[in-house]
Amino acid sequence: MDLQQLSFLVVGATFCLYVGIAFWTRARSTRDFYVAGEHVHPILNGMATAADWMSAASFISMAGMIAFMGYGGSVFLMGWTGGYVILAMLIAPYLRKYGKFTVPEFIGDRYYSKAARAVAVLCLVVCSVTYVIGQMKGVGVAFSRFLEVDYETGLLVGMCIVLFYAVLGGMKGITYTQIAQYCVLIAAYTIPAIFISLQLTGNPVPQLGLGSTLQGSDVYLLDKLDQVVTELGFREYTTDVRLSGLNMFAFTLSLMIGTAGLPHVIIRFFTVRSVQAARSSAGWALVFIALLYSTAPAVAGMARLNFIQTLEPVPGQHLPVEERPQWFRNWEKTGLLAFQDKNQDGRIQYHADVTRNEMTVVDRDIMVLANPEIARLPNWIIALVAAGGLAAALSTAAGLLLAISSAVSHDLLKGIFRPAISEKQELLASRIAMACAVLGAGYLGLRPPGFAAGTVALAFGLAAASIFPALIMGIFSFSVTREGAIAGMLSGIGVTLLYVFQHKGIMFIPGTAFLGGTPPNWFFGIEPNAFGAVGALVNFVVTFSVSRFSAPPPNEVRHLVESIRVPTRAGIAHGR
Amino acid sequence: MPRLSTERAQIYWRRNISLVIRLLVVWFAVSYGCGILFFDFLNGIRVGGYKLGFWFAQQGSLYVFIALVFYYARKMAALDREFDVQDEQGDN
Repeated sequence: MDLQQLSFLVVGATFCLYVGIAFWTRARSTRDFYVAGEHVHPILNGMATAADWMSAASFISMAGMIAFMGYGGSVFLMGWTGGYVILAMLIAPYLRKYGKFTVPEFIGDRYYSKAARAVAVLCLVVCSVTYVIGQMKGVGVAFSRFLEVDYETGLLVGMCIVLFYAVLGGMKGITYTQIAQYCVLIAAYTIPAIFISLQLTGNPVPQLGLGSTLQGSDVYLLDKLDQVVTELGFREYTTDVRLSGLNMFAFTLSLMIGTAGLPHVIIRFFTVRSVQAARSSAGWALVFIALLYSTAPAVAGMARLNFIQTLEPVPGQHLPVEERPQWFRNWEKTGLLAFQDKNQDGRIQYHADVTRNEMTVVDRDIMVLANPEIARLPNWIIALVAAGGLAAALSTAAGLLLAISSAVSHDLLKGIFRPAISEKQELLASRIAMACAVLGAGYLGLRPPGFAAGTVALAFGLAAASIFPALIMGIFSFSVTREGAIAGMLSGIGVTLLYVFQHKGIMFIPGTAFLGGTPPNWFFGIEPNAFGAVGALVNFVVTFSVSRFSAPPPNEVRHLVESIRVPTRAGIAHGR
Repeated sequence: MPRLSTERAQIYWRRNISLVIRLLVVWFAVSYGCGILFFDFLNGIRVGGYKLGFWFAQQGSLYVFIALVFYYARKMAALDREFDVQDEQGDN
């Protein structure tokens, strides 16, 4: 059986699995639809959270980014895991105790204002939509590369699958499909890593392999890597700082608090039985996430080394054009890998200096996708990687779509415009909202607006600057007022968007960047994607200042805050 | 379920906050401290093939994060029992 048939088989089998689970876990009430009936086991919720969390960016792009950034890529590793520490200690248990269905609902109650709830819905939709576009693109790309179907066809198939299980099962269906998707994606990620680690170092544990000596020599892998990249004129792998220490600091912080403020992650903790379950579930989520995240640096370092040694097996001996391996030729067809024999010597020179470099295109994404081929692993593993990439993109897309649709049906429709509708009507409305969200996301995936690239990091910055501070102050302060919170959220998200637009163009349209997109114009050298940390600071300052000059919150708010701080009677969620 | 008096609730909350602050100091130290601020200094120390600063940034901080969250969950469960404020459904 050839690779394409095998890929269809493996991907088809996983899709049947997801659809089967959806039938088995249909939602029968709004509580099922929004919070999976609140009886998901903490370990299972941890798995679902990990799949919800790890998107196409984590699965496909992250190791590639680290491979080419070296130490600088650490911001993603620390940022996207450290956020769970904040989430577990400062947010998840208290919001679970509050016991309602959505994040804007909490903001509306805590800040005694429908306007605050509406602003929170706005922030949620902005963050989630920027994030979901990237996932839909990931689905289309995974299909077109592995199954050789059109990007559009692939996207449509992916949309139908999500439409089916998300509309039918809501949070309940999504939870159990995410558990299955986690199993698929983690197997697809770790199995190739284990084989490659064995080949290079003889150690089957990739996390240890990265710190070991190379097979058949006493040179450490990382030392060898440092040596070969510097010989090619790149900066040393293990010390390559991303712009500056301050920028790395701000970027890591922005990713961490963005993680803790992303509504689709927070609502996963509404599905467990109790406050204590929410605390331990955050730990399990982190275990399942770290399984992939601690493997990623090993994949990155080993792939970079393999890649360079393919092109230049012995220093000075460059790869002859005619002898380039099959995987190299396969990826050339996709346009993600390209070379140009500039000096016409029939060999391929790879170098940091652009004038000498003949590897004109090396897309970072191929580091994970081509890894099994580079290591000559069997075809079924390559097929599994395709299924893993799709699982990562679909699971995150479904979680985001649920966050969007519940904000529309529960917060806007039930909470603000039509409070009188019955539960049955609300359930129908939430299904319709979900279907519209899927179609909208699919449309954006088909006709990606100019800003599709790099949107994921931006979504974190926006969540960090808007929702995270409002939640933290809502839980830890009695005195923050409605006026303060609304002004804070709007100024936080406003400042962050303004900074991104002024350096990257309004709505990312090239040529509209009025301050230039280069480092000398950046505020303290902080890149736009890392600006969420500054936006959050602005939010905190504005909120506190405005709160000092507005009427203090009513007494009920004090009681609400007191009650969420104590776990007793977490009870059953009563949505309003 | 006996209601918690306001004073007891305040003591419970302060104990929670002090635990969280101590753990966040560790959280900050391993990621921003070892991984970024003292990165160069720690790179002078080697553990196998890893320079220590690099190891903290790409491996060590992740493992410490996991330990912190589970430690927090365990300590809070004990605190809940001490103040008799556990969730009635909460043994899982």
